[in-house]
Amino acid sequence: MSDSDKAVKELIKREYEHGFVTDIESETFEPGLSEDVIRRISAKKNEPSWLLDWRLKAFEVWNSMEEPEWAHVDFPQIDFNDIAYFSAPKSKDDAPKSLDEVDPELLKTYEKLGIPLHERARLAGVAVDAVFDSVSIGVTFKEKLTEAGVIFCPISEAVHSHPELIKKYLGSVVPQRDNFYAALNSAVFSDGSFVFIPKGVRCPLELSTYFRINEANTGQFERTLIVAEAGSHVSYLEGCTAPMRDENQLHAAVVELVILDDAEIKYSTVQNWYPGDENGLGGIYNFVTKRAACIGNNSKVSWTQVETGSAITWKYPSCILRGDNSVGEFYSVALTNNFQQADTGTKMIHLGKNTRSTIIAKGISAGKSDSSYRGLVRIGPGAQNARNFTQCDSLLIGDKCGAHTFPYIESKNKSAVVEHEATTSKVSDDQLFLCQQRGIDTEHAVSMIVNGFCKEVFKELPMEFAVEATKLLEVSLEGCSVG
Amino acid sequence: MLTIKDLHAQVEGKQILKGLNLEIKPGEVHAIMGPNGSGKSTLSQVLAGNDAYEVTGGELTYKDKDLLEMSTEERAREGVFLAFQYPVEIPGVSNLQFMKTAINNIRLHRGLDEMNAAEFMKQAKTKIQQVNLDPSFLKRGVNEGFSGGEKKRNEIMQMLMLEPSLAILDETDSGLDIDALKIVADGVNALRSPDRAVVMVTHYQRLLDYIVPDYVHVLANGQIIKSGGKELALELEEKGYGWLGIADEETA
Repeated sequence: MSDSDKAVKELIKREYEHGFVTDIESETFEPGLSEDVIRRISAKKNEPSWLLDWRLKAFEVWNSMEEPEWAHVDFPQIDFNDIAYFSAPKSKDDAPKSLDEVDPELLKTYEKLGIPLHERARLAGVAVDAVFDSVSIGVTFKEKLTEAGVIFCPISEAVHSHPELIKKYLGSVVPQRDNFYAALNSAVFSDGSFVFIPKGVRCPLELSTYFRINEANTGQFERTLIVAEAGSHVSYLEGCTAPMRDENQLHAAVVELVILDDAEIKYSTVQNWYPGDENGLGGIYNFVTKRAACIGNNSKVSWTQVETGSAITWKYPSCILRGDNSVGEFYSVALTNNFQQADTGTKMIHLGKNTRSTIIAKGISAGKSDSSYRGLVRIGPGAQNARNFTQCDSLLIGDKCGAHTFPYIESKNKSAVVEHEATTSKVSDDQLFLCQQRGIDTEHAVSMIVNGFCKEVFKELPMEFAVEATKLLEVSLEGCSVG
Repeated sequence: MLTIKDLHAQVEGKQILKGLNLEIKPGEVHAIMGPNGSGKSTLSQVLAGNDAYEVTGGELTYKDKDLLEMSTEERAREGVFLAFQYPVEIPGVSNLQFMKTAINNIRLHRGLDEMNAAEFMKQAKTKIQQVNLDPSFLKRGVNEGFSGGEKKRNEIMQMLMLEPSLAILDETDSGLDIDALKIVADGVNALRSPDRAVVMVTHYQRLLDYIVPDYVHVLANGQIIKSGGKELALELEEKGYGWLGIADEETA
């Protein structure tokens, strides 16, 4: 064992920093999934019958589907009857009307996570929706957003306050039968955020949703829907954490983005679900369907994700570039350590003329982990002059981890230009020695090298998130062996 | 400053240094010359603490401390600097960020506060110009896409920033044209002071025209076989290594 190897092994292992459990009285359904459970979820939320029917239809579809097995991940069969599908903090009879009425324990939880919900201590310029297990517990800055005509509220609330929008757009990008986990989500989704940016409005604040799983044996199935009307613009951030538990927990979310003419959505994620311990025990199964429909001409969507958490990540934020001149971007950093597995990437579906897409994917594998990039670039027959540029880089730390790239390219239009570049590199002993020789210890050196590797992606993140992402990488890499 | 006693070292199971002795005092400049394969680079790597090289015997005393007990980064923080023969690239990590991290790690070790950002920028700009590199190099990734000569000058820039007590130059002159050689030499000469020492490892005499050493040592087969003043280098230049009865794999 080399000295640098030892040095790394000897590093004090900081625990997963968000691993605490909030002691709060919750109402949680018994584990199990049936039509009756779906009816109860719907009833809890006082939903109109059209939505219940929508859920039941999804459940019917899901029952006829098989679990996908094509991803490069390995985990024991999930027993869907072992999961509780609804959990909510027991509040008084009525839901809190303002944040002042929210249980102080809950507010404390978010403060501990660095997400102060009290507007007194708010994050400057960021409106936050906090989703705790199955429910949203409050949105900050409501008034300021309302003034601008922006709707930012829990989707369960939007069902009542803006049913016409929900009816029109829910499932319009990710239909119920899209895939196994999307169907499951459609049947049992609990809460999530709804955002509507009216025509020509530039959202005055960054919008952010913070997801927290707290209850044991509970799945989280949130649903996010963002609609950007013509000429509007919004930047949306999402963060996720969960307590440390020995059992695996399922998170199956759906995110739908609808982008009309000349509008733009920038969607950033810092995903830090509990990754399991160093022996691979516990952790979140993160099976997520995210898709953006660039319906309008000159519309643009940009996905930026930093994925450091979860035992298993299965996620492909995609862009359907239907409008002419529409633009899709995907910037991703996926870091796996210990026994984590990630199979992530994107799909760029070019349908309109002059559509352009960029994919920059950075995979970092450490420990005994496995990281795969899986991407599809499809150029439809009508996508005259479509352009794609893809760059996939993998960085290996140590010699017990794996990195894989699965790019799929389908072009049905001769005028299209598709470029794909891929590299694999190792954090080399020479690089570490150079850093150490300049007085930098191994831990700092590794995180500096990894951050350098991720630079092209980090520069796409909003400032506060870029800082958080850098810190996250440091923590996630702790205790990894350089070898 | 540095005492090397009966140093034995091996790499990949092959014995390279076989009982090397050397005494370096503050203010001195020593040139270590020798043919390829004599152990020059091994000596540099061992002094800096590269763990690919295994010390199998002997003592290294630096500023009254046992150097062998110190990790690579500790040695660096205590003022040992190695200018690499083949500087590696660190893509995406800017020279500025790299130097800032290094300086602050060293300062922390010495019980000092972090260097103030304006002061740091001022120094960085001065030093990069001192080695005749455009300030834009500060924002580029460490050695990323640099030419061979630029990498060597970048090493000297780092040395000037870190102001080491003991600077070890490992074949810094190799691959440099005469202009670059002068720039590098000016950098090293600027650093010379009564409380610092420089060890230059080189195959050729020409660097010594610009950095005049106090002592010249000839290394062969893992030992110093001859020591002398600066005139020894000239003699070597004239007569070749064969003069000392040692084979030079590469004909200069």
